[in-house]
Amino acid sequence: MSQAVATPLGAPMGAKSAPARRANIGDPIFALACRAAGAGVLLLLGGIIISLFLGGLPAFQKFGIEFLWSTEWDPVTEVFGAGVSIYGTVVTAIMAILLAVPVAFGVAFTLTELAPNWLRRPVGTAVELLAAVPSIIYGMWGFFLIAPLMSQYVQPALIDSLGEMPGIGFLFQGPPFGTGIFTAALILAIMILPFIAATMRDVFEQVPPVFKESAYGLGCTTWEVMKGVVLPYTRVSVAGGVMLGLGRALGETMAVTFVIGNANRITTTLFGPGNTIASVVALEFGESEAGSLKLSALLALGFILFVISFIVLAASRYLLRSRLKG
Amino acid sequence: MSATTQPSLAPAKNLAVAARLGSSRRRSDVIARFLSLLATAIGLVFLTSILVTLFYKGFNAMNLSVFTEVTRPPGSNGGLLNAIVGSLIQVALGTAIGTPIGMLVGTYLAEYARGSTFGGIVRFVSDILLSAPSILIGLFVYSLLVLPFGGFSGWAGVAALAIIIIPIVVRTTEDMLSLIPNTLREAVIGLGSPKWKMIVLVCWRSAISGIITGVLLGIARIAGETAPLLFTSLGNNAWSTDLTQPMPSLPITIYSYAGSPFQDWIELAWAGALVITLAVLGLNIAARSLFSGKK
Repeated sequence: MSQAVATPLGAPMGAKSAPARRANIGDPIFALACRAAGAGVLLLLGGIIISLFLGGLPAFQKFGIEFLWSTEWDPVTEVFGAGVSIYGTVVTAIMAILLAVPVAFGVAFTLTELAPNWLRRPVGTAVELLAAVPSIIYGMWGFFLIAPLMSQYVQPALIDSLGEMPGIGFLFQGPPFGTGIFTAALILAIMILPFIAATMRDVFEQVPPVFKESAYGLGCTTWEVMKGVVLPYTRVSVAGGVMLGLGRALGETMAVTFVIGNANRITTTLFGPGNTIASVVALEFGESEAGSLKLSALLALGFILFVISFIVLAASRYLLRSRLKG
Repeated sequence: MSATTQPSLAPAKNLAVAARLGSSRRRSDVIARFLSLLATAIGLVFLTSILVTLFYKGFNAMNLSVFTEVTRPPGSNGGLLNAIVGSLIQVALGTAIGTPIGMLVGTYLAEYARGSTFGGIVRFVSDILLSAPSILIGLFVYSLLVLPFGGFSGWAGVAALAIIIIPIVVRTTEDMLSLIPNTLREAVIGLGSPKWKMIVLVCWRSAISGIITGVLLGIARIAGETAPLLFTSLGNNAWSTDLTQPMPSLPITIYSYAGSPFQDWIELAWAGALVITLAVLGLNIAARSLFSGKK
């Protein structure tokens, strides 16, 4: 091999010295451009962190660490705290995950094991397309269709049936506004459902058929193959996909702003209004002047949201790394 | 696994136990299948409900003046022309700026930094940016371009959209370049070509349909972005193509109209929502058919 290559390479080397030199200029330039763009991405993330932190610094200095759990938000007296919005962000996102994951699992199970072949592709494509629908559409749909349905039928029914129950009754009390924490979580769940379902389906499809076939050969039922072979094989990636969905739910702005009710208080009932970091920033931003303490508080909220989502997303990357490599 | 080994021992000793075990396994299988199908049905009902609502309300509100008139005060029969044009300008410029940067980063990751630590960090950061809440990117551009330059502007919106599309292009470019067999690279280098020519003329060319797919998906994503534009191009009720001024955009107009108490504005919001969804779904379908056609 080396013999064969040596002769053709050897001849032009000397003869083609001028073009070769020109090419040598192009190479470092191109390499530099690529490297600079790569470094630019790092600068971008660094810039986001630093600008949010510096912007929020006045608020952090004024209110100290208490900013994180103080539930005050009073633009008139200029007292701000992030407690309510952090609570709302975390609670709606976690409720959305709890609602979405079982359904997404069912969809993925159906699409990989149960549905006939001719149905898998169209339904799978529909799920993927729905994951691409802009979040503001989900917000409008929730606001104009789901919120009225909730206030007229679902919430009164739940208040009457579960509201009196000892232990969990307090979760289902209060007036049926339609909007609120519960509706926001539901809309978020519907929004991240296609996303999580598509991820789970991709992951399930990566299980080598041989594993499943040998389990079937032992006489396992479809469910036992799912429970005993597919899930153990894929559980880390599934967890990663769920974390990715959680990351989306945490930072979602438009779908939530429409339906959460936007009130700065923590209510024990799930039907009460609340807010999230993203909804507060989106709504209050227009009323805050440049350089004001309120703007700084909003940027500080942004910084907190960034830290939360960074942790969640980094965890999901870590869990999904084997799938990304494969 | 224990569930499968026990029955195989049991039948010889006790047929009744085996039958009971078998039927309980069958029962749980039937229940799991039923619940999964139910979950799929519930999910599909919700998701079709979104599309049906959108198409019903959107087509009802749709008429020619949506595309020929600019936004007007409520009750005066306005349209969405300025918002649509504003969105087109910002999305086009954002894509034009973000795509080359994203391609360079993706090329760096696939061709220069395979297995290197720095490359790993860049890949990780790009993936974080890919899923980072877009509202934070809006806040970032606000402190970078809006505060120092004294006002909301179309350019700030363009910058925010470009930042959002970069990681999408990075991801697809790297994925597509990684699919190219190394023998192809070796053959080009073996012919005496410099590396940059190999990348531009051979690697990019082989990966182009995949990269275009990624760019189309990226356009679909930024076309529907609302949150980052709130803090950057802000929105504008007049006709404006001046990028140094606040610029209207379709998502922002939908957002403010849908929350308004005026019936005709709400209808316009549905019309706009339909326009944007059709555009996004169309781009997705185009990207899919392009990719499956050329693969």
